[in-house]
Amino acid sequence: MFKTFTDKATTVALALLVAASGAFATDAPEVPIVIKNNRFEPAEVKVPANQRVKLIVHNQDASPEEFESRQLSREKIVPAGAKVSIFIGPLKPGRYEFWGEYHDATAKGVVIAE
Amino acid sequence: MFATALIVFRETLEAALFVGIVAAATRGLPGRGRWLSGGVALGVMGALGLAAGAEYIGAWADGIGQDLVNASILGVAFAMLAWHCIWVSTHGREMSRDARELGSSVSTGTRPPWALVVAVGLSVLREGAETVLFVAGLATGAQASAASMVPAAAIGIAGGSFLGLLIYLGLSRVKPHRLFQITNALILVLAAAIASQLAKALAQSGLVATWTSPIWDSSAVLATDSALGSLLHALAGYDAQPSGLQVLFYVGAVLLISAGTWLVRRGQLRQRPLPALQPIARA
Repeated sequence: MFKTFTDKATTVALALLVAASGAFATDAPEVPIVIKNNRFEPAEVKVPANQRVKLIVHNQDASPEEFESRQLSREKIVPAGAKVSIFIGPLKPGRYEFWGEYHDATAKGVVIAE
Repeated sequence: MFATALIVFRETLEAALFVGIVAAATRGLPGRGRWLSGGVALGVMGALGLAAGAEYIGAWADGIGQDLVNASILGVAFAMLAWHCIWVSTHGREMSRDARELGSSVSTGTRPPWALVVAVGLSVLREGAETVLFVAGLATGAQASAASMVPAAAIGIAGGSFLGLLIYLGLSRVKPHRLFQITNALILVLAAAIASQLAKALAQSGLVATWTSPIWDSSAVLATDSALGSLLHALAGYDAQPSGLQVLFYVGAVLLISAGTWLVRRGQLRQRPLPALQPIARA
């Protein structure tokens, strides 16, 4: 009895998760950003406005970085060698600065929504 | 070196203030030092583990593993604080009465407030993991030598801990029967701040897609990364550009805890005058 209920709950949860991830995969365009020598490449990231965007940040350095932006309200650690996803937007057209908190002298960039 | 100290200071601040507030809130509890330091020690160990697994965790679930772990930690921490707030405010009257009768500081018996211990451990875990990652990153990076990095990190940790100590000493001057209301209010606001951070983690991971845009910008008045802004961020979850979801979670957290307190209190008031009904209901 209890087992059936948990099974059902698990199935529903999994179905929701799959449905949700499916929706995200289709409606958010992916934009790659690379961290190399403590800099972002590209430093100017163009994204469509008024739409959710999935930034895929790949840290190719040997040290971790923290992707941070007050204007985008995002902060996320990108471990050395790792590839992480950060959802942003929907953004109004404009410029949104971001930086790498651990190397903020060099790691600077801007998201341009248009 | 200064930049390193500043980053470590910022990461330490939130957890240090929280430990200071909890230490003040539990003043006079027997064994407090033991379980508080136990909570901090477990948090530090967890932070080392989390930092060691960061690369692995970060790749989970299509690159949102870190957000999922963060959201889970924040969710549990919020539940602990909410439970504690409701429990303390409903027992607060008896507790402060006892405290006055004893003429000493707050005493609730010998049971440690486990919810607070868990919340302390989780706070140290989350902030600690970021600090460990940052410092370990510097150690492997070419530009900074370990010789300058270790003292810088130590200064940052000392600075954060100092502010934690300050808030503890400040609260220690408050009279016992007042201390309760003040620490409970502080913990309520901290719980709301954690709820707001949870909203942010969910938006960042893409799990939630509604109301994720900022609804105001007060950074011209008080920037989140200014000195006062950082302090208010650590204490009360101040954010100069909060999303609608963050505000909703913040306000929702306050309402939820207040409503919970009210309901439990009302239940207690109802139970007391009607003890005779219980045997009848059982039969």
